[in-house]
Amino acid sequence: MDLARTEVAKPRPRAGSRRGSAARLGLMAVPVAFFALFFAYPVTAIVARGLHIDGVWRFGRITDVLGQSDIRHVLWFTTWQALASTALTLLIALPGAYVFARFDFPGKRVLRAVVTVPFVLPTVVVGTAFLALIGRGGLFDELWGVRLDTTVWAILLAHVFFNYAVVVRTVGGLWSQLDPRQEEAARMLGASRWKAWRTVTLPALSPAVAAAALMVFLFTFTSFGVVQILGGPAYSTLEVEIYRQTAQLLDLPTAAVLTLVQFAAVGLILAIHAWTVRRRESALKLVDASAAARRPRGAGQWTLLGFVMATVVLLILLPLGVLVQRSFDGPEGFGFAYYKELTSADGGAFLVPPIEAIGNSLQYAVVATAIAVLIGGLAAAALTRRAGRLVRGFDALLMLPLGVSAVTVGFGFLITLDKPPLDLRSSWILVPLAQALVGVPFVVRTMLPVLRAVDGRLREAAAVLGASPLRAWREVDLPMVWRALLIAAGFAFAVSLGEFGATVFIARPDNPTLPVAVARLLGRAGDLNYGQAMALSTILMVVCAVSLLLLERVRTERTAGEF
Amino acid sequence: MSTTKSGSTKKVAFTAVAVGIGLVAVSACGSSDGGSGKADSKSVTLVSHDSFNVSKDVLKDFEKRSGYKVKVLKDGDAGAAVNKAILSKDNPQGDVFFGVDNTLLSRAVDNGLFQSYRVKGAEKIKPEFLADGDRSRVTPVDSGDICVNYDKKYFADKKLAPPKSFEDLTKPAYKDLLVTENASTSSPGLGFLLGTAAKYGDDGWESYWKKLKANGVKVVDGWEQAYNEEFSGSAGGKKAKGDRPLVVSYASSPPVEVLYGKPQPKQAPTGVATGTCFRQVEYAGLLSNAGNEKGGKALLDFLASQEFQEDMPLNMFVNPVREGATLPKLFTEHGVTVDKPETMDPKKIADNREPWIKSWTSLVLK
Repeated sequence: MDLARTEVAKPRPRAGSRRGSAARLGLMAVPVAFFALFFAYPVTAIVARGLHIDGVWRFGRITDVLGQSDIRHVLWFTTWQALASTALTLLIALPGAYVFARFDFPGKRVLRAVVTVPFVLPTVVVGTAFLALIGRGGLFDELWGVRLDTTVWAILLAHVFFNYAVVVRTVGGLWSQLDPRQEEAARMLGASRWKAWRTVTLPALSPAVAAAALMVFLFTFTSFGVVQILGGPAYSTLEVEIYRQTAQLLDLPTAAVLTLVQFAAVGLILAIHAWTVRRRESALKLVDASAAARRPRGAGQWTLLGFVMATVVLLILLPLGVLVQRSFDGPEGFGFAYYKELTSADGGAFLVPPIEAIGNSLQYAVVATAIAVLIGGLAAAALTRRAGRLVRGFDALLMLPLGVSAVTVGFGFLITLDKPPLDLRSSWILVPLAQALVGVPFVVRTMLPVLRAVDGRLREAAAVLGASPLRAWREVDLPMVWRALLIAAGFAFAVSLGEFGATVFIARPDNPTLPVAVARLLGRAGDLNYGQAMALSTILMVVCAVSLLLLERVRTERTAGEF
Repeated sequence: MSTTKSGSTKKVAFTAVAVGIGLVAVSACGSSDGGSGKADSKSVTLVSHDSFNVSKDVLKDFEKRSGYKVKVLKDGDAGAAVNKAILSKDNPQGDVFFGVDNTLLSRAVDNGLFQSYRVKGAEKIKPEFLADGDRSRVTPVDSGDICVNYDKKYFADKKLAPPKSFEDLTKPAYKDLLVTENASTSSPGLGFLLGTAAKYGDDGWESYWKKLKANGVKVVDGWEQAYNEEFSGSAGGKKAKGDRPLVVSYASSPPVEVLYGKPQPKQAPTGVATGTCFRQVEYAGLLSNAGNEKGGKALLDFLASQEFQEDMPLNMFVNPVREGATLPKLFTEHGVTVDKPETMDPKKIADNREPWIKSWTSLVLK
């Protein structure tokens, strides 16, 4: 069902153009092959191992499993906490989105990069930071005797911490480009400030808010590390349960059923998301963001700015700050003791000095970024032309890895990629491949809006002048696209740096990545190991922050994409 | 015009396919440096869990003597590593698996993970650790005890004797002092539960846990959080201002506190309640369908050898199982010997593990 919408500067479909569709299929071949081989095939295999027993599909297991009260409890808690987290994130982050969109203030770029850091940090680091903040002996405990660990509040707060940037970037990105004069016109015609906002700005924003909310819901619905570290044993989400049933109990049938349930839920979320995104792409009158932002005026606006700053400091800078503080709080007072210790290999947790994890992480991230940009770029190019149903489905398909449990993919790799020519189980390439799976959706989401905003008529003009599609793309699209490409690459890079779930299953011990090294250090007794974990986390944070800051330099409002 | 059109379409498709082939080629190249050692009988692969460690020179020594290059593949925590090995047993990732403990032994052996091999020097292994009788599909490699650790300073300050036994833990004097791990997600947590089941029997352990719960036991998900966040005696816990002076950990934790303390303390800051212990034994075995059986056998002999057994304690903080293997000074000075740990037959553990964990969960966590 196609929504009625205003067509402005959108590439028109050239219906019946066989050439276009052939080219599109050619572009799609690689991403499709990639996803079939490294995602669909492993996941199907592991699900089949659980449900396809002695040559018979046993779908009866589904009702058995879903009939168990504790499984139903897990389903209920998963949904409930995701709804609550999403609501809370919107509540806290929407004022932030407004401030970032409409106000100019010193340090805005740095701050925008900083609020994005949590989004790419590995959960194991975030969990540790929050424990140091709201756990026993944490900052809140010392100040007010407040302790929130092993409560739902800890989970919700950490989810807000993670997803604050999603809302600020998705909603704020659009908000900054809405023409303020439209609202002013409504005011001139006698509407109250509230009414003008409600009738002019809100309808324009609502698809972006919906899309952001759905993304936050997706991330929190499939939350794993946060719930495991902060929730304590009493709380279990679907993802945690799948991990437990697969890795600990080897109860593959139950795990398979839960995987299917999660698949269905994620599929539904993505379908709705795709629909809202399409609505959002219906053209709005957008202006250059710099025209819309100005210095705050009047007490009300300054108060709002102050409020948002306070939120950012409390919610984002504080947990990150606690990690940094603990990394320097060495055995002999403040200093670099833990950082020095990272260079020696006698810590026992590793065969190599932990510092080497930084090099490994960077190498993996570079390869993963190359793969993700290649696959995601081709996919985005294929999806740019107004697409038929088939391709739309493909769009959502690319997002699926965000919602499928890492343990499912990891165990799927183990039983499918085990024969030559594809015995990748002990190959280094497996790590970047798994990380690229998670990176591709970000690349597509960043590139697609930009590619779609390129005026199709230019391309047509080039074609009329005899340029091949490839040449037209190179001459017309590429100059406009390269910035988006850089941003996409930066995001993929940051995401692979922080990727933990899949990597922990497949990274080889002699080549640990930063997050894996942190987790391993935390898993051992002794002051030095704990301190080194904090130091490595701090290094990871700085690397992420620097790459995101570089992105801010490249980013222009026109190439903001969805992130 | 039409020729250019179809020509350019072909070009796009061709480029796409070429890129695809390139990708697969890259992945294929990646695969040549790994694999299960089938193609190459000069290397032998050990699959294990994350905690496996050996001194470089000791491993080099074995490589020199045997002529095999050893690859070590650490495959996640103990439970996950065993389960992965079971899943991939038809086409294993290596030749030898080390690190299946007595709580998982039955699952591994019944699933046909291992083939029989009696190691050289099997007669030197202390008989109480042997399992699997004459078929010897597994070889014991190390043992360790899961015990309650106490914070020496806390009990000294309070002028209170630290607890010694399971029974002590339920006494009012120790109310709200103990933190343990979730039995369904953590191996020390499970070990502690099995210890109480061994001590109080199939019918008695539940009422013991009711008492423990009434006495304010706290349960957290993993050892890491229990030991480094909640426990007041460890370095990490001191930092996090942990306020539970009793924690379920290992008998070897006090020596570790000494080793990694900066500056190294003269005395271990923590002690062990020796009447609360459950014995964990870790086994290794030759994987069925191993690519390099001969090398695998040599590697197993090495794991049971005096050299490896004496190197092990400081690398993995476990005790040797071989007669005559001497302990390092750190262990003799700061460790404890647990004379009568609780034990349980692996078969019994396999049969009861799930129902016990289920009832424990609803009893303690709900």
